[in-house]
Amino acid sequence: MGGPLLELRGISKRFAGVAALSGVDFSLRAGEVHGLVGENGAGKSTLMKIIAGVHAEYEGEMRLDGRPVHFRSARDARDAGIGMVHQELSTVPELSVAENVLLGAQPTRMGVVSWRRMRAQAQQQLDAFGIHVDPRVPVGSLPLGLQQMVELARVLLSGARIIILDEPTSALSPPEVERLFALLARLRDTGRSTVFISHFLDDVLRVSDEVTVFRNGHLVESARAAVVDKPWLIERMVGAGHERLGESHAGNMLLGERSNAPVVLEAEALAVPGLFEDVSLAVRAGEILGIYGFMGSGQLELARALSGKLPLGGGVVRVDGRTARLRGGTPAAKRAGIAFVPESRRAMLFALEPVYRNISIAILERIGRILLRPREERRIAEGHVQSLGIRPPLVDRPVGQLSGGNQQKVALARWLTHLPRVLLLSEPTRGMDVGAKDDVVRIVRGLRDAGIGIVVVSSEPETVLSLADRILVMRRGAVTREFAGETVSKDRLLAAA
Amino acid sequence: MTISVAVPSRDSLGARLRGQLRNLAPLVTLVALVALFSSTSPSFATLANLSNVLQQVSITAIIAVGLTYVILCAEIDLSVASVANATGILVAFLTVQDASVNIPNLPLPGALAIAGGLLGCLALGAVTAFGVTRIGIPSFIMTLAMLQIGNGICALLVRGQIAYSVPPVLLTLGAGSIGPVPWIVVVAALVLLAGHLVLTYTRFGRYIYMVGGNREAAEHSGVGVKAVVGAALLICALCSGVAGMLGVAYFGSAQQNQFDNYLLDAISAVVVGGTSLFGGQGGIGNTIVGLLVLGVLNNGLDHVRMDSFLKILIRGLVLLLALVVNVYAQRLRAKYRSAV
Ligand SMILES: Nc1ncnc2c1ncn2[C@@H]1O[C@H](COP(=O)(O)OP(=O)(O)OP(=O)(O)O)[C@@H](O)[C@H]1O
Ligand SMILES: [Mg+2]
Repeated sequence: MGGPLLELRGISKRFAGVAALSGVDFSLRAGEVHGLVGENGAGKSTLMKIIAGVHAEYEGEMRLDGRPVHFRSARDARDAGIGMVHQELSTVPELSVAENVLLGAQPTRMGVVSWRRMRAQAQQQLDAFGIHVDPRVPVGSLPLGLQQMVELARVLLSGARIIILDEPTSALSPPEVERLFALLARLRDTGRSTVFISHFLDDVLRVSDEVTVFRNGHLVESARAAVVDKPWLIERMVGAGHERLGESHAGNMLLGERSNAPVVLEAEALAVPGLFEDVSLAVRAGEILGIYGFMGSGQLELARALSGKLPLGGGVVRVDGRTARLRGGTPAAKRAGIAFVPESRRAMLFALEPVYRNISIAILERIGRILLRPREERRIAEGHVQSLGIRPPLVDRPVGQLSGGNQQKVALARWLTHLPRVLLLSEPTRGMDVGAKDDVVRIVRGLRDAGIGIVVVSSEPETVLSLADRILVMRRGAVTREFAGETVSKDRLLAAA
Repeated sequence: MTISVAVPSRDSLGARLRGQLRNLAPLVTLVALVALFSSTSPSFATLANLSNVLQQVSITAIIAVGLTYVILCAEIDLSVASVANATGILVAFLTVQDASVNIPNLPLPGALAIAGGLLGCLALGAVTAFGVTRIGIPSFIMTLAMLQIGNGICALLVRGQIAYSVPPVLLTLGAGSIGPVPWIVVVAALVLLAGHLVLTYTRFGRYIYMVGGNREAAEHSGVGVKAVVGAALLICALCSGVAGMLGVAYFGSAQQNQFDNYLLDAISAVVVGGTSLFGGQGGIGNTIVGLLVLGVLNNGLDHVRMDSFLKILIRGLVLLLALVVNVYAQRLRAKYRSAV
């Protein structure tokens, strides 16, 4: 490997006067996979957005192939051979899969987009990546995981020399992750460089040649991945003097016995044609039911159907023994006592609205039937911001300016003031750092102990294992297995899926 | 882990101004236009002319209030002028007309005629709301159909004729004045005020902004998105109806196509004022500025004695400019988006 392909010196970036990055020196060699880790809000995404031309205003200098560069737009960066997969998807939901894969590089014949060639080319790229979807359907109609795959395909196969992946695996299930890693290895062999940001430290150590730790806007340390281990990373991420959590959930988990508290949520023979069939389940008060399945197994859709978002094709849902009329959509589900936190932040937050309004939106009617009481809204929000450790603790900030993990906490805070009977959580720890994940586990357990029924759906074994008291496994739209009162490990869970 | 978060120091002035582009651009335009016309025409900056400008924008203002609600929800209503026209004609149809007017009408007492007009516009609004929220027809198309339906109702009721009489209350509110102040200006001001108060201080108003800001997120928070959008469309139809009834009194007659200019005027006022076409940003304050920009422009161009055909083109250019600013402001907003 030669000298640095990309070199950044003294990079600083402020948002509204608050430093997001301070004097960062970072370099990337040709043909290396460079892992980036750090807590939520450490500045990882910000640095990468500078490299990818998204943030054009910053201090410091950047050199590509030894020549100084300053990208003014994402397009500049793309032209220089830099491609980025953003933490939050940047696919265009309305466009077809094919258009998204070839976004900005549509094949044309005499200036006119050639649809047939575009479809064929997209299909070829998707096949190469092992994704089997019809290139004609709109991306927005696919589950989040597949959307993420489509976006990955676009950037990985775009021919970029430097590929930045910001938490690319957060919505993927293990087989897709493996496929991605295999592809990264192939790209490395062809001399391409990759930056890989993830909160899954094991993955980072496995695929990276070099790892760099960020904390609080500073680059703490870089090292060869081969000579460091997970505790080394965590120590630097969290900072000196904090002996925080090792890994609690990688090993075996002993699930509790089936409880005999009253059933709060009961679903019978639920079906949505094409997504899942004949799913029945019951959740008791003070119980966390985990539903695990590979991406596309129907568990995310099941949660959406229970929330009233996706119309049910058949079946009955009862809350506290009363039938919930979910035909009325999410307001009806809310009245019945069902609350939902979806997996996509884009689908649950109002980016431009301040944090307090994002929290109060679900409980406005309880604060005042007709008139708003902003002071009360702020007071409630401040309480949650404190107790959940949301940073920065400013309730008047637009939520779009918070880092990914902090946004997730805001979305959760929405349901904490007036507890629902049933809380549905879809991928609740997606994109969170180790510390924040533990916070979420703590919060959710607290809610369970307060006596509500909780359903956690995920395609991440760790999430389900760390939270659930009982686990259902779904495969291809059906429940195939239940684990209760026994010891489960990641291996057994994967084997059942 | 403890992180000391610095209290955010002030943004750079440039950054703050850019963030406020949506609100500042219309104000700057207004000030510039007033300055321009005041310096080129002595008759422009007079009290009497101020009263003129206000009177000229009053009917547009009433329609624009309803339209602001709809646009804040990221929907559109193209039927406003047509609903106004139909409602105005309906009220005239329900009023005793002069013997010379040969319309087979259905005279009722004044209060009932007005009630009939209100019910009429609400019924049209309800059909629009049903089509958009229940059947799922895009509002752009649904209200285009409603535009035609409204025109059809007008045609059937007056059959090419002109009616002149409306109930006396409407006559006072539409064409009378208290002292030097025309009633219609007072009514428009009250409608604007009510519209502002509801948007800013009520739960419903907050829902309007949230639904426009991110419809899916609103739905996931248990907000009845369909009910909110439906209510906005109903409010818009009601405002159009009120404007239509007062307009008939203001014009002194009820006939077909007399409101045709008001569709473009009302949309222009909302958009020129800076309310986002993509929903969630803006408000009645913006609409007021937009109304004044349009009012001053129209009125001022008369004062500088300009080719009236050129005037039409100039208005088109101003609207185009406003659209550019609107979309540009949206792009700045999208920068935040990238973080969510
Ligand atoms: N557009 C923005 N406006 C204002 N502040 C921002 C903006 N984007 C990021 N920040 C702030 O900059 C800091 C760094 O955020 P960044 O997104 O880089 O964190 P991160 O390391 O990617 O975290 P995560 O793991 O949660 O994604 C955070 O404090 C965040 O609130
Ligand atoms: Mg990030």
